[in-house]
Amino acid sequence: MEQEVDVAVIGAGAMGATAALWLARGGMRTALIDRGEICREASGVNAGTLTLHMTRAALIPYAMKGRELWLDAQRWLGRDVGARSAPGFSLAFTEAEEEMLFKRADARSAMGAPIRIVTPEEVRAIEPGINPAVRAAAFCALDGHVTAYLTGRAYRAALTEAGVSLLEGHGVEGIEVSDAGYVIRPAGAPALRARRLVLAGGVWLETMLAWLGFHVRIKCLVNQLVVTERMRPVMRSVVGIANGLLSLKQFENGTVLIGGGWQGKGDPVRGGVEPIPDNLIGNIQLARHAIPALGETRVVRIWLGLESETADAMPMIGPLPGLAEAYVIGCVHSGYTSAPYMGHLLAERILGREPELPLFDPARLMKPAPAKLEETA
Amino acid sequence: MSEADLIVVGGGPAGVEAAIEAARHGLAVTLMDEAPEAGGQVYRATPRAFSGELVRKADPIGVGLRDRLRESRAITLFDHIVWSVSPGFRVDALSPEGPVSRKAPAVIAASGAQERVVPFPGWTRPEVVGLAAATIMLKSQGILPGQLTLLAGQGPLLLAVAIGILKAGGRVAAIIDLASRSEWLADWPALASRPDLALRGFLWQAKLRNAGVPILYRHAIRLVEEVAEGQVQVTVGPVAANGAALDDIDRIFQVDAVAVGNGLTASTDITRLLRATHHFEALRGGWVPTLDAEYRSSVPGLYVAGDGAGLAGAAAAACDGRLAGLVAARDLGALSQQAYETAAAPLRRSAARARRFGTAMARLMALRPAQVEAIPPETVLCRCEDVTRADITAAAAEGARTLNQLKAWTRCGMGPCQGRICGDVIGAALAAEGCSREQAGYFTGRTPFRPLPLDQLAGTVAYADLKLPPPAPL
Repeated sequence: MEQEVDVAVIGAGAMGATAALWLARGGMRTALIDRGEICREASGVNAGTLTLHMTRAALIPYAMKGRELWLDAQRWLGRDVGARSAPGFSLAFTEAEEEMLFKRADARSAMGAPIRIVTPEEVRAIEPGINPAVRAAAFCALDGHVTAYLTGRAYRAALTEAGVSLLEGHGVEGIEVSDAGYVIRPAGAPALRARRLVLAGGVWLETMLAWLGFHVRIKCLVNQLVVTERMRPVMRSVVGIANGLLSLKQFENGTVLIGGGWQGKGDPVRGGVEPIPDNLIGNIQLARHAIPALGETRVVRIWLGLESETADAMPMIGPLPGLAEAYVIGCVHSGYTSAPYMGHLLAERILGREPELPLFDPARLMKPAPAKLEETA
Repeated sequence: MSEADLIVVGGGPAGVEAAIEAARHGLAVTLMDEAPEAGGQVYRATPRAFSGELVRKADPIGVGLRDRLRESRAITLFDHIVWSVSPGFRVDALSPEGPVSRKAPAVIAASGAQERVVPFPGWTRPEVVGLAAATIMLKSQGILPGQLTLLAGQGPLLLAVAIGILKAGGRVAAIIDLASRSEWLADWPALASRPDLALRGFLWQAKLRNAGVPILYRHAIRLVEEVAEGQVQVTVGPVAANGAALDDIDRIFQVDAVAVGNGLTASTDITRLLRATHHFEALRGGWVPTLDAEYRSSVPGLYVAGDGAGLAGAAAAACDGRLAGLVAARDLGALSQQAYETAAAPLRRSAARARRFGTAMARLMALRPAQVEAIPPETVLCRCEDVTRADITAAAAEGARTLNQLKAWTRCGMGPCQGRICGDVIGAALAAEGCSREQAGYFTGRTPFRPLPLDQLAGTVAYADLKLPPPAPL
């Protein structure tokens, strides 16, 4: 028996799930389909940093809105996902890093991030655990973190409550374009007819877009994350380094999460499969340099999360060219921070309202749409 | 750094025999283990600094194993905590001198088994230790778990630990065995395949009778609570054949130590990390790597021998280890097919015999269907993160269907043990909420295999010497 919906969202990460939530709340019969479980890929395994220090300058206004939404999750998502506001630092230990720090802080301030340069004395006053060898730091009061692994549980409850039909564990095998919309064929489940389509597949967007004849190259970053066992409180802020290769935070339970985009091995087919031991060692050496007390603890787990990036490293959010009511959302740098906002923006657009901030036209990354799709559209 | 043909991870009977056999046929073999000496858990050596009684009484099989390993050409790296195996293969370990790595085209994973405890209220109290932990205390250190110890659980380790305690001068309050006497007897045909071990079991039972140690068959611990500093009261009650608690008269013991164990589960850190195919086999220790008849996993070049391939016991592990060493020698071109066949044929027969015995023991250790269902809701299942059975039930009611999802939702398995202790019981608890063990799956394998002291791993390095990747984009 084929199900008919107003909109089908493929990909149940934070962006797809947020879009689905607001579409359902906007009155649309909504289906959310994923080959796995809700928020169990990048959206459930990322570092959960709400920092502006690592956000691409052009995306600062979006990230600031996204950060507010995470901190306010209880209100709109119905559940706290461990989002906490904390100050954030980006540190410089060498002259070259100092130069980079000033330049980057300026660019992000120009886009509205309340980042200012502070002296080593000020750093130590706010965060005594930081290595006294620090030369300068950029400070931002608007920082913090979310406990990313809790995202899926919170969204699942909210989506169920909003009446979204959830198809977890059903990879989509193909999509047909018809006059009345789209026919989606999930593995092991009946076909689904949808008037509207949203592709929200993160690093799998390259494959998803190819179903519709679009060829967009999407780079897959394999980011390494490291967590320690519980330790005494050693830091209360989010700490990074000017070059963006470190993100550090301590959660309420005492564990410290070490990230910074060091690479492991993996791909969209196999996932993040293989950490690179030397990259683990490099990452923790950098972490211990920033917060020397980390030397006291033990590393308990290293994992890898996949991040997607377009050719210009800017997001793809908006309608697909030449198709009626088909949309894509993804490839947002620091995407987890912005996700609830980006998902909401796209839902607004689909519901026929004017989004508060501009979307990111995917057509810029595409050659003209294939002829056969122009005909059907 | 010399490159090896073969790296064997694990210095128990499987790993040592594999290393000796492969080295005998000319392979350059490196064996790595976290312990200071070979033997594994079953033939654990006393610390080098020890002398006297404990050393003299060392298990002759373990002594022989260590002697033969020393005589072989295999290179041994003890005190090396292996924390990662990368494809291809690169094995990373933390040595007393810091991080080291070795490369080889083939790896034999011989990482053995770990203890399973079916939780009850009070199992996280300091007076309660695992049967395996009690074994380490007794064998390696000559330490008693307490003055008066209650032993509970299932499987042959119950008797072995009881005897160990009596020999070391301790007292045993009682043995609480989940199995019935007839279940032990039902396995006699299999036990008869190893008359030496069967006889040992017989003598043990007689010895316990003489010492006046009561054995309560078809019983389990209901509750452990503190009555005074260092003293606990243990409530014990009868159970059905499937492990469900029976509403019948409970018995109470007051002791200063409780040693519990519900058998073993296969240690599959390496095969899970390398994404080898696994399948669920309740009678062989839960999720085990799927192997062909010659110890090959689904990952080319990765072999598995011993309890880590599915529980079969120490005797079978030794035979399987030798065979796996032979297979690796043949696969890597050091041994002709004909020479391999000649050497392997007699070994295969003794392996089959040993496996029959081990499998009978593993059957006694298997988790019973109602055992986990009988755990009260407020009982902690994941002791690193204090996740209770009720937390698991609540998550399942909200839609958690796989172990990895459950982990994200509740933190079960996120602590220092990374689910190595609780993973099997939590899998059974999730399955009890209405899915199969196959659907529930297993915790994704990740590094490090053991918690690693961050300082030791990072070593000493100047900031200027850090090898940094290019900066992130602005």
